[in-house]
Amino acid sequence: MYQAIVFLPLIGFLITGMFGRAIGARASEVVTTSFLFIACILSWIAFFNVAIGGHDVRVQLMQWIYVGDFKVDWALRIDTMTAIMLIVVTTVSSLVHLYSIGYMHDDPFRPRFFGYLSLFTFAMLMLVTADNLLQLFFGWEGVGLASYLLIGFYFQKPSANAAAMKAFVVNRVGDFGFLLGIFAIFVMTGAVSFETVFAQAPSLAGKTISFLGHNWDAPTVICILLFIGAMGKSAQFLLHTWLPDAMEGPTPVSALIHAATMVTAGVFMVARMSPIFELSPTALDLIMLVGATTSVFAATIALVQNDIKKVIAYSTCSQLGYMFVAMGTGAYSIGVFHLFTHACFKALLFLSAGSVITAMHHEQDMRNMGGLWKKIPFTYGAMMIGTLAITGFPFLAGYYSKDAIIEAAWASHGTFALYGWVMTVGAAALTSFYSWRLVFLTFHGKPHDHHHYDAAHESPLVMTIPLGVLAIGSVFAGAVFFNDFVGENVHHFFGHAIFMGAENHILHEMHNIPLWAKYMPTLMMALGFAVAYWFYVVDRSLPVRLAKSQDALYQFLLNKWYFDELYDFLFIRPSMWIGRVLWKQGDGRIIDGWGPNGVSARVLDVTGRVVRLQSGYLYHYAFVMLIGVAALITWFMFAGV
Amino acid sequence: MSSFLPPLGAVLPELVLALAAIILLLVGAIKGERSANLVTGLAIAVLAAVLLLVLLKPVVTLSAFNGALVIDPFSRFMKALALLGATVSLIMSVDWLNREGQNKFEYAVLVLISTLGMMMLVSAGDLIALYLGLELMSLSLYVIAAINRESVRSTEAGLKYFVLGSLSSGMLLYGASLLYGFTGTVNFDGIAKAATSPTLGLVFGIVFVMAGLCFKVSAVPFHMWTPDVYEGAPTPVTAFFATAPKVAAMAVFMRVAVEALPNVTHSWQQIITFVAIASMVLGAFAAIGQRNIKRLLAYSSIGHMGFALVGLAAATPQGVRGVMVYMTIYVAMTLGSFACVLSMRRNGQAVETIDDLAGLSRTRPLMALAFSGLMFSLAGIPPLAGFLAKYYVFLAAIQAGLYGLAVIGVLASVVGAYYYLRVVKIMYFDEPADAFDPMPGELKAVLSVSGLFTVFYFLWPAPLIDAAGAAARALF
Repeated sequence: MYQAIVFLPLIGFLITGMFGRAIGARASEVVTTSFLFIACILSWIAFFNVAIGGHDVRVQLMQWIYVGDFKVDWALRIDTMTAIMLIVVTTVSSLVHLYSIGYMHDDPFRPRFFGYLSLFTFAMLMLVTADNLLQLFFGWEGVGLASYLLIGFYFQKPSANAAAMKAFVVNRVGDFGFLLGIFAIFVMTGAVSFETVFAQAPSLAGKTISFLGHNWDAPTVICILLFIGAMGKSAQFLLHTWLPDAMEGPTPVSALIHAATMVTAGVFMVARMSPIFELSPTALDLIMLVGATTSVFAATIALVQNDIKKVIAYSTCSQLGYMFVAMGTGAYSIGVFHLFTHACFKALLFLSAGSVITAMHHEQDMRNMGGLWKKIPFTYGAMMIGTLAITGFPFLAGYYSKDAIIEAAWASHGTFALYGWVMTVGAAALTSFYSWRLVFLTFHGKPHDHHHYDAAHESPLVMTIPLGVLAIGSVFAGAVFFNDFVGENVHHFFGHAIFMGAENHILHEMHNIPLWAKYMPTLMMALGFAVAYWFYVVDRSLPVRLAKSQDALYQFLLNKWYFDELYDFLFIRPSMWIGRVLWKQGDGRIIDGWGPNGVSARVLDVTGRVVRLQSGYLYHYAFVMLIGVAALITWFMFAGV
Repeated sequence: MSSFLPPLGAVLPELVLALAAIILLLVGAIKGERSANLVTGLAIAVLAAVLLLVLLKPVVTLSAFNGALVIDPFSRFMKALALLGATVSLIMSVDWLNREGQNKFEYAVLVLISTLGMMMLVSAGDLIALYLGLELMSLSLYVIAAINRESVRSTEAGLKYFVLGSLSSGMLLYGASLLYGFTGTVNFDGIAKAATSPTLGLVFGIVFVMAGLCFKVSAVPFHMWTPDVYEGAPTPVTAFFATAPKVAAMAVFMRVAVEALPNVTHSWQQIITFVAIASMVLGAFAAIGQRNIKRLLAYSSIGHMGFALVGLAAATPQGVRGVMVYMTIYVAMTLGSFACVLSMRRNGQAVETIDDLAGLSRTRPLMALAFSGLMFSLAGIPPLAGFLAKYYVFLAAIQAGLYGLAVIGVLASVVGAYYYLRVVKIMYFDEPADAFDPMPGELKAVLSVSGLFTVFYFLWPAPLIDAAGAAARALF
């Protein structure tokens, strides 16, 4: 069963990849989508067995690398963490598959698209079921590859290719840190299997790694390196630039990337490695700092974006920041909880956005929309639920998970605990504002583009069914699982999947916080809604005037804090310059000039001279012979016999 | 009384060859010009018979005429190789000479006499026999080079060869007299006993003798005649020049160095090393500038003699074995190459520039394939025969500690690869010229055998290596 969950998507990919043209688009859709649904059902069964029933499973697939004492297997490790990820990934992925049948209806390359989707899902499943770090890294890279292929799916579009490359390159930066982290773990414990590493983790405390003449605390070094990997995959501050561009891919892909696969990998990995992260308060502080910064930073950018998908993309970035704040407090289960609920409402938001875009004939600029709620009421309802969920409206999914994070930040003893609380509360207000702004601009007011508006129509059933399922999840996911992730049942629910140190009482302490702090997020949510209502429903000229009066700030946010420009200046141009210099000067002039081209030119010079010696005159020839004899004799006379 | 009679049985092949040459000369003289084909055919038969005779005679070591001639496994091997070269090149010449209207019976007779000289040379046991054999071979070659009396180039080639050959003979003779003067004997074994340490006079003698021998194997700086003679002489003559005399001269080179001068190895090693390096390097560089396929093969053979001498420079049984293997493979490759050159004929007219080969892969795909195989082999590309030939001589050089020589040799072969590959490139990638005339059957046969040998030699190298190894041990 567990094998089927992981490998059905791979089989689907292979079938469409190899025979996609032969069996046609329709068959490709049916094969991959039905395989995913089977995997999804099996995942839910697995979830009830493993997470609810409490039976962890390890399935040995085959031996991989056996060199001396170094042993790596292909094995599936199914514990609660994995089971949660399995249902998140397969559910969202199967819904996205189904949705894509409608959304990609006119695309000529559908077999390829569905193959890539399945490959993406397979890589993510491989990642979450990994039994050791090497296997995790395999999935990690597989996800990177599949995302590259999917973001660049519209390969005729230069911007899509650029975005795909950007995603890949930025992820490589993180991967480098992750690899170093794996190496460091191997150096310290001599193993990469989770079982062995976690068993040895307590003995790592206090050990040091010598690097550059300084002894660094081993757990801290390892955790920071691993976290750099997570930053890349989960698009945290400084390594976030690829995520907003990734929406160059088709909208279902964005839903998949932002909700279930890829960006959640970093969060998952930190939670998975909790036995090691627990050893390093310094690393947890850093995670909190980065997470909190990301949550606000991304939210500020989302305030002013006009592309409907960009708003949601930055919203993802911000929500991932929340998850890392939870990790930073040591409340790993809450981070995973937010991952879980976020998957529901973010997929919902993206797929609804896709539905809007389809309705508007691939118009993505919100300024050209408006008043759509009459035309596409179902999508409107779905979007509404998603928005309520993300903003933390009471008793919807986001309310439970997000508020839990904010409470945990308040209760935390970390160095940046207060910073984390202030930032997440602030981000809650911003989240509410930009989410409602999106709804108001898109669905309310007067239509701005009558041509598209008149032609707008509700999406087909294959697209609305996923919206309905996800809407249900967005409403109930928080309430149903609150007790398992946050409440009393956490330790029983997660078992050994998450490790929390003896001094880590965050889950207990977070319930004992002042009432005003507890209601702060809800208040902020209301405030954000109020401002958005005032700006975009009551007086639409206000935001325009505000942007004019605060032009510098507006431009700063609109241009995403100028990160792309900064990186362009700091990294890209120097790299291009170095590349050009090495190419033109290093390779062209020095290596080619002194190497192949130089040598061949000298050979021709020599040849020219040698050939001229062959004059055809007899006396020249005789002279050369005599010179030869004379030279030999002279040599022996002076060099000795 | 019988002890005064020379042991004629030992030199039976030479006797047969000498008698046949005289008889065929008489036949030709009596029957006139029309007998050319008959004489050539008989000459081929005689050469083949002598080759069989050499191969079938029991392998023994004996000397005749008071040590003037030595019959041993080494001479057997090299004689067989020289006879093979002479036979095949004579076979290949028939059609060409007929088409050019130059088929004279003297040609075959001269080849026979020259081959007789080679056999003497290979068996030479003293300096007198060496000189006699060398002159018998060379005088015939001078005439053969100028056999096309109407052609200015051919006569010029013959004249140049004659003048420079005389100069080299003079040097050789002068060196021989020095050797005799400083050792008191002309016999190789005697010289070996007497020349125990290198004195300046002795080394002078060695230098001059070796200069003369270098001329015969066309090693730099005594190579200058080679390109001009190769180009000027009729192509079948060039094919003959490139094979049999080279084998004989290399054989006597080895015998003089190893048998007569084993105690002054260090001295002649320096000469050979210098000559080998100069030949390899010049052969590689100068060939690049050539447009005429025969000149190209001339420089190619200069380079190959350099490579072969690398083995001799090692002065070990492995080295000598390497040279013998090298010469065998060289003869095979050269005969095949000349089979191609001889069939370069367009509308009845022989052509010989490299550009004439353009697009051969499309007009004559099999010929192009075989020729490419030979070119790759000449360049020393693994696993072809030419690579293994180089491998054995370089291996011997490295075992003897001559690292510099081996490294320079490898570098030179890299440079040399350029012009061989250029021929392949022209055949395969250039726009086709008009097709060549059909290839005569015997050339096809030679080319096929040579191509197959070159390409598949690596599958079964042992017989040749073992035979050469056994023959090489006879010298030490």
